[in-house]
Amino acid sequence: MTSSEMNVDEGEDPSEFEGGAYWFRQGAKGAFCLPTLILMMAFVGFTSLAREVGLTLVEVLLMSLLMWALPSIVVLTGAMSAGAGLIPAAIAVALSAVRLMPMTVALMPVLRDEKRTKTWQMLFVSHFVAVTAWVFAMRNLPSLPRAARLPFFAGFGSTVHFVVLCSTALSYMVLPALEGPIAAGLVLLTPIYFMFSMYQASRTSGDKAALILGLILGPIFYHFFPGADLLLTGFVGGTVAFVGWLFATRRAEL
Amino acid sequence: MSEIYGSWWWPYVMILVAGFLATECWRWIGVFASGKLREDSLLFAWVRAVATALIAGIIARLVLFPDGVLGDVPIWLRLAAVAGGVVGYKLLNDRLMAGIVSAEFVLIGGWAFLI
Repeated sequence: MTSSEMNVDEGEDPSEFEGGAYWFRQGAKGAFCLPTLILMMAFVGFTSLAREVGLTLVEVLLMSLLMWALPSIVVLTGAMSAGAGLIPAAIAVALSAVRLMPMTVALMPVLRDEKRTKTWQMLFVSHFVAVTAWVFAMRNLPSLPRAARLPFFAGFGSTVHFVVLCSTALSYMVLPALEGPIAAGLVLLTPIYFMFSMYQASRTSGDKAALILGLILGPIFYHFFPGADLLLTGFVGGTVAFVGWLFATRRAEL
Repeated sequence: MSEIYGSWWWPYVMILVAGFLATECWRWIGVFASGKLREDSLLFAWVRAVATALIAGIIARLVLFPDGVLGDVPIWLRLAAVAGGVVGYKLLNDRLMAGIVSAEFVLIGGWAFLI
């Protein structure tokens, strides 16, 4: 591959722009992978839900383009179909999107090329932070040279984003034909896909405990406190898992 | 108020404020916080645990109380599909694809068999 030659060039000043463009293309090529396909299918499942609750194609595409985090998109879809007000909907979506903050914090030190990376560049590529891109980046970026990481991630993120937007638009237009087991399977893809990628992305046993506690507490709180269920699940499940993990690790230290 | 909810631009206000701003602000905060907050601090372990439990709550809701076509599938079959996914995932050395394919196999196969 030519990547080794480019690796050598990449440190020299004249080829820096060339190097950036090269790594952007490499990232774009990397976007044609299995996780992208799963994400495309998951968005196909979302369009079936969106159609049923009466969202238009423009609304579906705007949500996909501007939010780019499927669980939050599903939460907003639910809020809009239930006729929720702006503030309750914003709170519900913001709560479901809290995880993007620690994900971004964990990714930025990997992406950053010391002082050469501008803040606006990081703000721009942070838009691509979502489960798929994050898991891919945390796995693949550390093996690349520092200067390559931001253009590579920008190429990967924008290509996945573009491909998924196209497939979402297409599926919205052809979906009325889809019914029965296949349609149900596509809707199931989102929770299944997120369950396994969250499990793979979890770094400590505390994270895994939080995942399992959330799965158990979510339906209980949904039954008893509908509306506040996600907030309660997050705070109670997360705090119990965190405290348990803290005690377990501290005891091991003693 | 009902006039506002019914107007053509209301969904776009919802998407822009409750969608875009409510999601994107966390990424921006993440960018600015990344310079100061440490990845290995206890505060972050807690924030990550809360975020993880919250997403798990969403996952459980999507499986147990789904809207639309998935809601037609009996609840035991949906749970069997998740269990099948976990078994497939563990049997094939924690492979994402193994978990997804086996869950889908149980759900689509089971539902096609029932109807």
